[in-house]
Amino acid sequence: MPALDPDILRRRGEIVAALKAIVPGEGVIDDLDGMRPFECDALSAYRQMPLVVVLPSTVDQVAAILRYCQDHKVKVVPRGAGTSLSGGSMPVGDAILLGMAKFNRVLEIDYANRCAVVQPGVTNLGVTKAVEHEGFYYAPDPSSQIACSIGGNVAENSGGVHCLKYGLTTNNLLGIQMVLMNGEVVRLGGKHLDSEGYDLMGLMTGSEGLLGVVTEVTVRLLRKPSTARAVLLGFPTESGAAECVAAVIAAGIIPGGMEMMDKDAIQCAENYVHAGYPIDAEALLIVELDGPEVEVDHLTKRVEEIARERGATTCRVSSDEQERVLFWAGRKAAFPAVGQITPDYMCLDGSVPRGRLVEVLSEMRQMSKLHRLRVVNVFHAGDGNLHPLILFDANDPDELRRAEEFGADILRLCVRVGGVLTGEHGVGIEKRDLMGVQFTEIDLDQQMRVKCAFDPDHLLNPGKVFPQLRRCAELGRVVVHHNKLPFPDIPRF
Amino acid sequence: MTATIKPRDAKEVQQAVEWALSDGVTLDVRGSGSKVSLGRPMRCDQVLDLSGLSGVVDYAPEELVVTVRAGTLLRDVEALLAQRNQMLAFEPPDLGPLLGRDAGEGTLVGTLSGNFAGPRRLSAGAARDHLLGFSGVNGRGEAFKSGGKVMKNVTGYDLSKVIAGSWGTLAVLDEVSVKTLPAPDQTRTLVLRGLDDAAAVKAMCGAMGSPHDISGAAHVGDRTALRVEGVAPSVEARLKGLRELLAGAGGAMEELGTLESRAFWREVRDVAPLATAKDAVVWRISCPPTEGPAIVARIKAQRPAVRSFYDWSGGLIWLALPPSADADHAIVRGAIGKNGGHATLIRAPEAARAAVPVFHPQSPALAALAARLKESFDPKGLFNPGRMA
Repeated sequence: MPALDPDILRRRGEIVAALKAIVPGEGVIDDLDGMRPFECDALSAYRQMPLVVVLPSTVDQVAAILRYCQDHKVKVVPRGAGTSLSGGSMPVGDAILLGMAKFNRVLEIDYANRCAVVQPGVTNLGVTKAVEHEGFYYAPDPSSQIACSIGGNVAENSGGVHCLKYGLTTNNLLGIQMVLMNGEVVRLGGKHLDSEGYDLMGLMTGSEGLLGVVTEVTVRLLRKPSTARAVLLGFPTESGAAECVAAVIAAGIIPGGMEMMDKDAIQCAENYVHAGYPIDAEALLIVELDGPEVEVDHLTKRVEEIARERGATTCRVSSDEQERVLFWAGRKAAFPAVGQITPDYMCLDGSVPRGRLVEVLSEMRQMSKLHRLRVVNVFHAGDGNLHPLILFDANDPDELRRAEEFGADILRLCVRVGGVLTGEHGVGIEKRDLMGVQFTEIDLDQQMRVKCAFDPDHLLNPGKVFPQLRRCAELGRVVVHHNKLPFPDIPRF
Repeated sequence: MTATIKPRDAKEVQQAVEWALSDGVTLDVRGSGSKVSLGRPMRCDQVLDLSGLSGVVDYAPEELVVTVRAGTLLRDVEALLAQRNQMLAFEPPDLGPLLGRDAGEGTLVGTLSGNFAGPRRLSAGAARDHLLGFSGVNGRGEAFKSGGKVMKNVTGYDLSKVIAGSWGTLAVLDEVSVKTLPAPDQTRTLVLRGLDDAAAVKAMCGAMGSPHDISGAAHVGDRTALRVEGVAPSVEARLKGLRELLAGAGGAMEELGTLESRAFWREVRDVAPLATAKDAVVWRISCPPTEGPAIVARIKAQRPAVRSFYDWSGGLIWLALPPSADADHAIVRGAIGKNGGHATLIRAPEAARAAVPVFHPQSPALAALAARLKESFDPKGLFNPGRMA
């Protein structure tokens, strides 16, 4: 992280007083004990106390805080529920932590237009809970959905196991209200579709809190499918399972979810929740089909046929809702299950083209030998989003170092086969220094210039996403190459 | 006639932009030019014609992604996908005939640049939801990329979203990767006859909120149409459910089979009902679906000759108005209530498009932000200057 600004640290008392003038009562937390719960997010290997915590409860307060910070050049780290897996909401020592937890109300539910207007601190599951009695739900379902906030979902463009069919957060938003670093409040979208100018809402989604602070979100509601069924498929080889995934898609079937687990993950999960997984299988697929009952029946049969053709040795279809949930329980508990067999694990998040899955898995095993650390694989096979878990002991500095190197090697591999560093967890601080693997300096400069359009002093969520921040004035210079020969080769008319 | 420069590959695109930057030349960036009559009229020094960058770079049906060069025709991409029973799920419209040109002229990149989607926008998302990544050249003459070819990607800012719908004002694209999806086995349509606008939108919104997975909801003339797509047994069951749901909605029911359905939805997609009156001004309004009928009623009160139809369950209104100097923009935009929405002038004579805002005016804060964003890509204003102004 960048070195702390001594001037800001010296001015702490003055900054706290200014914040207290904006947010009265208990909204400003400046004592060490009170700030302790905020010292990290879900990437808990990294910890840092913020300068001060402020918890506004109105849009006007958010605007006043940001305007003050802009005027006085104070950095700001926005935070929803603090469940980021990449350090996106990790505090910075010379920045105020702007917590949005008090924005926790569902403002409006409009079934006729199939949308809900909520404050950003409402949990992801909270949206579904508010509408499920009418048969509706909010589609993106990150595994932290019980705790993570909608505002954080917008910042991270969160996914979940149903993305392949229902999309990520960005595909399920209709509108946002946000506050810019200069204190201006803008509305993007609403209850209607598509934006009237540049799609700034699309840009905001997944911008990891670097561009603005979201103060209201309008989400698209979907009618809950009438039937959902999970199919459990065990394969004697990983390649058989991967071929099955490709064949299902080639057959024109887009399952609600399609997850894969390797042998170690199957065994850990089975020991942990006793879901009835085939522990002798080398790879397990969980394929969820949803829709009208006849459709689910029809597609279940097709998936079973395809799986058998690809050598599946186990094929079980959930017979009722209880069994469907049980099939998923092992997958959903895979991370804690792996936590039972190792002091620590590091969870990665690269995405690769599905066709390269087997090759990537096999190369990962080679790396595992080289780095002398085990790796367990659980992933969203349908969309090629891997979650390799590297097992290590953080108390052993050499293991921690090897785990970090192993992780970086896996992400480099993902990029090399045509994939990306992160499919859904975000760059944050965790993958910041690997951005150069996927992007050229020019690519990153263009992204930073976009940042400058929103936040010219780089005050919002500093130290995240970009390996090296360049000043906006420097980025803004236009270099003209006076190449006098006007390219005679290019056809002109 | 403005001079044209026609690069043959990405390198030449970059050279052309470098030259434009060094000589202070503004560029009218276009693919096939099929939508030149859409947007604010421009005065550019040079046309940058991307039709020379044609062809499919890579198509991997099992990866659900196709990568094409910027000048590739939409119809060619769709024909290729159809060979593998796939489609561009956002159902890109062909606005050629509406804009007084031939059908089939437009490029995929042009469609993305306008963020145009057809009836399936409702269930499958907009063009912007299907753009996975791109490469291109910014206004500094730098070749850059964003996104990728994988379904799930949150690495860095999602620049694809602002590029889609930017009308070529941010960067010159040379290649795009777009998501493909399986085409449905069957397409059938339930039609209710004789509903008025309010009853039609009520029926459509009710159907959209049902579990019957509607992929198109339009109200054209006296027909209120609901599309159901998928595998045969599912389509059958959902149509049955839909009939029961709408039994009390009023109006006689009929059904369109797959071929008739395709023809009907193609007409809705391409705005065929309004394409025939050649001199009419055409507007497109996006609004909350339940607001649609009230907006149309407000316009009708002032312009009784208005013709209209609804797509997107009432959330997309297409309007045709008799020609006028200001395209009746104050009436159209004034009719959009406080609940939000926006109106775009799709077809009007050049003078009208120069006189009134083609794209919906934004709040000062938002307009300033958009201007700063434009500058971050194209600091000297080389690309399509003023087109979105």
